Amino acid sequence: MAARLEGGVGADGGADLHLERVSKTFGPAVAVDDLTLTVPSGSFFALLGPSGCGKTTTLRMVAGLEAPTAGRVLIGGRDVTATRSHQRPVNTVFQSYALFPHMDVLANVAFGLKRRGKKDAVRSAREALELVELGHLAGRRPGQLSGGQQQRVALARALVNRPAVLLLDEPLGALDLKLRRQMQGELTRIQDDVGITFLHVTHDQEEAMTMADEVAVMNAGQVEQMGPPEELYDLPRTSFVANFLGQSNLLQGEVVGERGGALEVSLPGGGRAVLPSARAAATSGSVVVGVRPEKVHLIPQAVDGSDGSRDLDEGHGAANDLGTGRVVDVAFAGVSTQYVVDVPGAGRLSVFAQNLGSSVRVRRGDQVRLACAPDHMFGLAGDADLSAGLGTSGTGGDAAASSSPAASDEPVRAG
Amino acid sequence: MSAGQVLAGAETAEAVTPSDQHGRPAAARARRPRLGDVLLPLYALLAMVYLMVPIAYTVAFSFNDGGRSNLSWRGFTLDNWKNPCGAPGVCGAVVNSLTIGVMATIVATALGTLIAIAIVRYRFKARGAINLLIFLPMATPEVVLGASLLSQFLNLRINPGFWTIVVAHIMFCLSFVVVTVKARVASLDPKLEEAAGDLYASPMQTFWRVTLPLLAPGILAAALLSFALSFDDFIITNFNSGSVDTFPKFVYVAAARGIPAQANVIGSAMFLGILAVVVLGRALSARGSRS
Amino acid sequence: MSALAGLQGSASAQDVQEQRDAAGGGRRWLPYLLLAPGLVWLAIFFLAPIVLLATTSLQSPVPDGGVGAYQPAFQVSNYTEAIADYWPWFARSLTYGLVATALALVIGYPLAYVIAVRARARPLLQQLLLVAVIAPFFVSFVLRTIAWRQVLADESLVVQSLKALSVLPEGARLTATPVAVIAGLTYNFIPFMTLPIYASLERLDQRLLEAGGDLYAGPLTTFTHITFPLSLPGVVAGTLLTFIPATGDYVNAAILGGPSSSMIGNVIESRFFRVVDYPTAAALSFMLMAGILVLVMLYVRRAGTEELL
Repeated sequence: MAARLEGGVGADGGADLHLERVSKTFGPAVAVDDLTLTVPSGSFFALLGPSGCGKTTTLRMVAGLEAPTAGRVLIGGRDVTATRSHQRPVNTVFQSYALFPHMDVLANVAFGLKRRGKKDAVRSAREALELVELGHLAGRRPGQLSGGQQQRVALARALVNRPAVLLLDEPLGALDLKLRRQMQGELTRIQDDVGITFLHVTHDQEEAMTMADEVAVMNAGQVEQMGPPEELYDLPRTSFVANFLGQSNLLQGEVVGERGGALEVSLPGGGRAVLPSARAAATSGSVVVGVRPEKVHLIPQAVDGSDGSRDLDEGHGAANDLGTGRVVDVAFAGVSTQYVVDVPGAGRLSVFAQNLGSSVRVRRGDQVRLACAPDHMFGLAGDADLSAGLGTSGTGGDAAASSSPAASDEPVRAG
Repeated sequence: MSAGQVLAGAETAEAVTPSDQHGRPAAARARRPRLGDVLLPLYALLAMVYLMVPIAYTVAFSFNDGGRSNLSWRGFTLDNWKNPCGAPGVCGAVVNSLTIGVMATIVATALGTLIAIAIVRYRFKARGAINLLIFLPMATPEVVLGASLLSQFLNLRINPGFWTIVVAHIMFCLSFVVVTVKARVASLDPKLEEAAGDLYASPMQTFWRVTLPLLAPGILAAALLSFALSFDDFIITNFNSGSVDTFPKFVYVAAARGIPAQANVIGSAMFLGILAVVVLGRALSARGSRS
Repeated sequence: MSALAGLQGSASAQDVQEQRDAAGGGRRWLPYLLLAPGLVWLAIFFLAPIVLLATTSLQSPVPDGGVGAYQPAFQVSNYTEAIADYWPWFARSLTYGLVATALALVIGYPLAYVIAVRARARPLLQQLLLVAVIAPFFVSFVLRTIAWRQVLADESLVVQSLKALSVLPEGARLTATPVAVIAGLTYNFIPFMTLPIYASLERLDQRLLEAGGDLYAGPLTTFTHITFPLSLPGVVAGTLLTFIPATGDYVNAAILGGPSSSMIGNVIESRFFRVVDYPTAAALSFMLMAGILVLVMLYVRRAGTEELL
């Protein structure tokens, strides 16, 4: 059932979205700064960033609710910058759902079709409601539905119009955790079925990573990094991405040599680390190296300073010695145990150790040695701000352990 | 104290304060009623009685067989109610009041709603000054409004009469409509109109299908307020009516020589009628929100 | 919606500004079009008359003209004479207005409190009480006031009982006294006072009162420190809605009062209709309006609720 809307629709129902050097200023404040971005037709694209980063403004410019101060918006190759929202083949699922309270659910869903003069608007609306499994609530008013149900009605109301691009403005924010997980799965499934291009705006990095084919991390009106979630997570290019997406231990270091495609970096507090040059943004001078907490090995030290019986997860190939320090915090988080270790010279480093039932127990005050594999390290520019992305993190820490967003107690990052 | 003594003490305490079937001692169940719990409801009752005094009087004396002056009780009769237009001029005045009320309400509500939407939704220069202009008539004593408008009419050589009353009523009702509708417009989520546009509704369609229906309760409230103000207005009307009578003016003028009981009948009928409508309205809305 | 969603919803002032810009952008003339009809009406039938009032207040009598004949002039003495002659009436109006407002507040506030806070658990009772508060409105204002005159008349049941109980001395009367006028004013404006306070109290979050108790505040302290301050916008609105019309009223004074208790409104009316002295009437009107406006502005500024408008 491919749609035929104005604006170059792809065979699978969606269209390319292209933002060309788009900027938006409100007086002196710059919300979006010279943004260029392409969302391929039929893909699920996420715009991720903290509040105020400009992602919502970008979305509104695509929807036609905001006019760019500069730049162009192209949908399916057609320049729609000058058109208004009711003239664009784009539909939005609003954060607050924005269901019309004075109409019943069916009328809400049929609204867009009726405005476009579609003959069998009501029938299509019913089908769309069936798609989101709410056919039995067609006669109710929005006020009589639960949050999750309202969300699905909002989705049906947008989808039924077969837009070239579907915009989702943090639609899952108001749902509780379980419902959110469920809806994330459903959205992905629907997008697969229907093939429409989805542009999803969120501050929840877990949401972005699980649902999207491609993620763009935004900060202060610009895109910090864009790519598939795994790529962004594995190899962040800026400290903002490193800190905002998941957590990172960042250490200010100095390149001391390069040998055979590998960079040797001196770490604060003594010690050397090695990482592949391909994973480093700078190959000489000062560099900020980072490693994710779940990739750090925790090796308990005996009182005399030698290694304990064995390291916690028996990792091998953890050739980089990050230093030795005292455990200052231990937090059991179900799937993992989160440690904060104070390493002289390097500061406080976080370690997430998966709870594999090891009989070795590490307590506060214990001396431990930290190590990681060279392939797990990444290198950022030497002048990177180590605290970028920290204060405004999306949902916290260990994905499996996160409960209510923005309220999680994250271990202190390395500074 | 030894454990034994504590236990013994507890048992005695239990025996002294009987527990209810759930095992809670009585003292926890029934708080001694505080002064506020008694005084406030009593006060409310007294206040209600006080508020009803003139109404009770009006209704009572509508049944009075009091002749032309209706000042002292002579006897019970239903004649007044059977013949409400018996006294000359009463019904004419009522009809005038109703007609003026309806006309003024329609115009004031329409103009006022447009202003309210403009003030809340749009930013434009002179917004502060316009807010002030809307507020001024409400802050001006009716004597001043009435007198100044009369001067204006006299100056323009327009004789005060029916239409000058309508004009005056529209003028002072406007501000009240704006204030009432403004509150409703402000509570209207702009995202709903954005959603309508997102769903291909042109600005005109958005206005008719989304904005206006959602504003309807506020507009209705404003219309009712406007009608009530218009019907009940005396001072401004008095200045600008010439020889035309409205119901309040009729009563005031008649007060000197004696108000006919028919006026009481009209007043009581209006009271009961409005009361019925209000109660019905509330009952319906309560039923609606429960379902 | 969870509290979190609320936080997200108010994420940045930028979002609000975005909404406003989106609404206003592109069609600059639309707001003016919406405003035009109503504002033109007000300009012609409110502003212009007030301006005319100002000019009338400065007119001088046409020499050898008949009654009511005046010519444009700049006779500022109209004002000075008016004040000199009628300042007692101004003072009286102000006094009556203030007393009536204070009384209405004393009577109306507890009433609003009972309805908004105490009856909150029983919505049916709440509705009933609200209807009872506005029910007096349903009977014409003039009828109500005349009813009071009858109720307070010398031969009435009420007065006879009060005399029998020795509350009233034998020769005293209630009508044609300032007491009656103020009583009438108070009565007529109780709904105006009660409803805004009710609206304010209705929004009062019960949990704030509980928090007060949790922090060792007794009932009286809770009221003075939490409840009353939070209801202040309603109180300000109510007092304004009462004071402004009450001070300029003349119907209560005409029906319930006598010559010694007439208010400035009565003077203006008589100057206008009976004596046909337009300049004096206009000057008095202007001073009344200006006086009230100044008081209102000061009051609103002090109470800090400019958004009342």
